Amino acid sequence: MSRKTEILVVGGGPAGLSAAIVAAQLGSKVLLVDDNQHLGGQLVKQTHRFFGSSARDAGIRGFNIAEQLLEEAAGLKKNLTILLNTTIVGFYGDTEAGLLSPERFEKVTFERVIVCTGAVENSLNFENNDLPGVYGAGAVQTLMNVHGIKPGNRILMVGSGNIGLIVSYQLMQAGVQVVGLVEAMQTIGGYLVHASKIRRMGVPIYTGHTIVSALGTDGVTGAKICRVDEKFQTVPNTEFDVECDCICLAVGLSPLIELFQQADCKMVHVGELGGLVPLHDVNMRTTNPHVYVAGDASGIEEATTAILGGRVAGASANKSIHGESAEAGKVVADAVSELRTLRSGPTGERIRWGREKIEKEITAC
Amino acid sequence: MLINDGIITREELATVLPTDERFKKGPVAIIECLQNIPCDPCVSACPSKAISMKSGITDRPKLDAARCIGCGLCVPRCPGLAIFVLDMTHAARSAALSLPYEIQPVPKIGQVVKGLDRSGKQVCEAKVLKVMSAKKFDKTHVVTIEIPKDRALDVRAIRLA
Repeated sequence: MSRKTEILVVGGGPAGLSAAIVAAQLGSKVLLVDDNQHLGGQLVKQTHRFFGSSARDAGIRGFNIAEQLLEEAAGLKKNLTILLNTTIVGFYGDTEAGLLSPERFEKVTFERVIVCTGAVENSLNFENNDLPGVYGAGAVQTLMNVHGIKPGNRILMVGSGNIGLIVSYQLMQAGVQVVGLVEAMQTIGGYLVHASKIRRMGVPIYTGHTIVSALGTDGVTGAKICRVDEKFQTVPNTEFDVECDCICLAVGLSPLIELFQQADCKMVHVGELGGLVPLHDVNMRTTNPHVYVAGDASGIEEATTAILGGRVAGASANKSIHGESAEAGKVVADAVSELRTLRSGPTGERIRWGREKIEKEITAC
Repeated sequence: MLINDGIITREELATVLPTDERFKKGPVAIIECLQNIPCDPCVSACPSKAISMKSGITDRPKLDAARCIGCGLCVPRCPGLAIFVLDMTHAARSAALSLPYEIQPVPKIGQVVKGLDRSGKQVCEAKVLKVMSAKKFDKTHVVTIEIPKDRALDVRAIRLA
């Protein structure tokens, strides 16, 4: 069996859903493929209110944003086909991909593909980090907020970015005690309001500290922590133990990029954006003219910018097939201006540096 | 310091605190948002137009304390749970503090709970005066507690016994 579509969207998180919605609204035939049982990506686990502009989703809880997007998608059935539990196994040439679901393998031919594969969590090297009870923050959120299962009763969080801070708060809401939060930097990485929120509920925040080892033989019974200096060197004789049955790692994400590499997109390493990303222009088009990118796969940020990047990619891919239209032009212009606003200010500084590098590289191409 | 441990110091707090004269006039919001993050729901939450941002959404919210009527509608709208309403005119020795609350179970009116400071340390007992749980607050409850006046600038969380 084989399928045919104008735009194939890989991944139904905030970026892919938004790209598919916009492209379908503008009249393209869209096939949206996701390997999960449900759409929404990481949004479905986000129980907190989003930051950002009131003009777009600020103050709304993440899972409610996912519901809004799903409702929009449901109204576009004429142009938008959705396949769940389905993985893209690879590209065959520029305009064909293989789809694998539990039922069948099939091929799809397309004119453009928008790859929104998101990211994978980084791990951390320390002694005993393979003990049962050492989790990534994404797994903790899935267990807790999707399946209603507590990952442990006493948890140590590693990493003070927004994910570490927010997941700590969600754990406390679920009745889990957070025994502490460890951060190797001397300052807190995420938004300080999130840090204050868990600190005033009694969670010690150990900046300038790292985890040395997980304690226990059959599972985590504690963790050894020590201080680190500004060059991230451990400070002798500063070790101490904390009791916990779970260690949660929230130490950053890396873009999920294998499909771009297979599609021969030029890749570039941008530390500020999480590592290797496909080079892309302001329209989210990669160096392979059939391939677009949006969301964390284009550089690690957060869901609101993923939604906006998805809108740009969806409208641009539509334009490249059906030609310029005032409607598509407006979607791109509005999203680009919103992105500029969200990335302004000191907390968006690193992202701006990263994006400038991409812009420089693509102009040189 | 806030950036190192998540605890706002008295010096840092002073930059967002209404004046003593304003506190004498009744309940007023304290917006403990000290970082230029991209976020603005508090601005549109205020029915008195007392909250503004000059240079776009990454500006810090500025409270016009003269316009603020202490209604507390901004409290459940802040994604950072960083807004509190303090009424220093509540009684001779005690103040009324309204704070956002998102933990189950939600305390009941009259219940005595523990008042926690910014580090989570218990510093006093607090009696629950009011609980607002409107549908549009979307599961963020606004709990008003009675606390000793001399703890009014310290207590920012509660724990149920």
